[in-house]
Amino acid sequence: MIGLENAERFLGRMFPPAILQPDSMAKGLLESLEIAILASFFGVLLSLPLGVLAARNLMPAWVSWPARATIALCRSFHPVIVAILFVKAVGFGAMAGILTLIVASMGFIGKLFAEAIEEISIKQVESVRATGAPFISVLTYGVFPQVFSRFVGFATYQIDSNLRNSTMVGIVGAGGIGSTLFAAFQRFDYNFVSAILIAIILMIMIGESLARWVRRILGVDVSKTDA
Amino acid sequence: MRWERYSPSERLLRFALLLFLIIAVVYSAKSVEIIPEFLLDAPEQVRDLLVRMWPISYGFYPQGVHEPLMDTIHIATMGTILSIALAVPVGVLSATNLVRSRLLNGFARLILVSTRSVNSLIWALLFVAIFGPGALAGTLAIAFRSIGFVGKLIGEALEEVDPRSIEALQAAGASWMSVLLKGYWPQLEPTFWSVALFRWDINIRESSVLGLVGAGGIGMALDTALNLFQWTRVSLILLSIFIIVVIAEIIVTQIRKRII
Repeated sequence: MIGLENAERFLGRMFPPAILQPDSMAKGLLESLEIAILASFFGVLLSLPLGVLAARNLMPAWVSWPARATIALCRSFHPVIVAILFVKAVGFGAMAGILTLIVASMGFIGKLFAEAIEEISIKQVESVRATGAPFISVLTYGVFPQVFSRFVGFATYQIDSNLRNSTMVGIVGAGGIGSTLFAAFQRFDYNFVSAILIAIILMIMIGESLARWVRRILGVDVSKTDA
Repeated sequence: MRWERYSPSERLLRFALLLFLIIAVVYSAKSVEIIPEFLLDAPEQVRDLLVRMWPISYGFYPQGVHEPLMDTIHIATMGTILSIALAVPVGVLSATNLVRSRLLNGFARLILVSTRSVNSLIWALLFVAIFGPGALAGTLAIAFRSIGFVGKLIGEALEEVDPRSIEALQAAGASWMSVLLKGYWPQLEPTFWSVALFRWDINIRESSVLGLVGAGGIGMALDTALNLFQWTRVSLILLSIFIIVVIAEIIVTQIRKRII
């Protein structure tokens, strides 16, 4: 049981937490936050049309299958693997992190949004259609009112999730606090590591309560999506 | 008087929310560090990547990929089982109808939130530092990361349990243990299995990357191949991860359909 001895030494060195490089920590946290915000914004924006295209009750099969395949592809790889590929494609830094989390958001929201649309009542859609409304109006008056609250639920959940993942993509070089954390690890500055971990947990807890607050303002049911 | 959907204060709040959102996005877009030169040659880089990844070196599978791939599945499975064992007590403590102590509820909730907030890769870093590289660190990382998820859902399911059968048991003079086993468990069972299966599916994905920080599994093979720029092996490993993830998802949906 060398492990336990190691653990004792390791935990002993983690406490008390010390912020050794306040600049790099603040910069890393801010960058993580920015990555999460931008990725959520564009991810939500892109997953809206993707979800509509993938809904089998609105679209013919030749549209919905490619859209569903795109969603499946976005979902099947862990963000870290996607991040590695994007680091290769666009170089080290925040851009790779943003693109990674956009892909993750598209996969998650796209799938759930498509499923939500497939569950709607078709009566309202048909009645809007019967008035001769163009497709866009069918969407905005027949479909979206039925799924809006669930969409907000998914989106706020994904913001949480992006915030969490944005602290991690830095480990493979895609920007954010993860790179600071990984560097501290490799220098064996374990007291700085514990300080960063506490900061990450605090940031995510604040983010979660903000998301809960937003859902309350918009009157969204939280029970289904708040996993 | 005209009917209005929202009161003025509600509208103000919504407007403030929108404004805040726009400011946050614009500010982030302005201050985030993006190097345009790197973006310009992105298509070229992607083409280069794809060219190097082709042809996939299938021949490498028996000697270098099969074993770590099985390790990955074992890490995910063991991690899920361990996390359930750790999460059930925490979930019980967090259920306000079972444990009537604000302090214990709050403590359990703190555990749930903090284990969930720390990413599995970061957990893996910690455990690699403690136990050294290998599958043990990976299993523990998966287990700790899952506590929050499993515990939270189990706690919520416990809170939604119908109190009538519990009261009936208590009125009959059943002991605390019997109430738990005969009153709560039957109502909890479907949620329990679906949560366990769902988490296992997620953990297969997660355990495939833990090796990047040295915590065992297919990620270690991926890391080696990446560091040596053996892109044809990288594509093989990515393909095998993809197949494993798809198989896991099919298994989970089939079991769900049959049992739950």
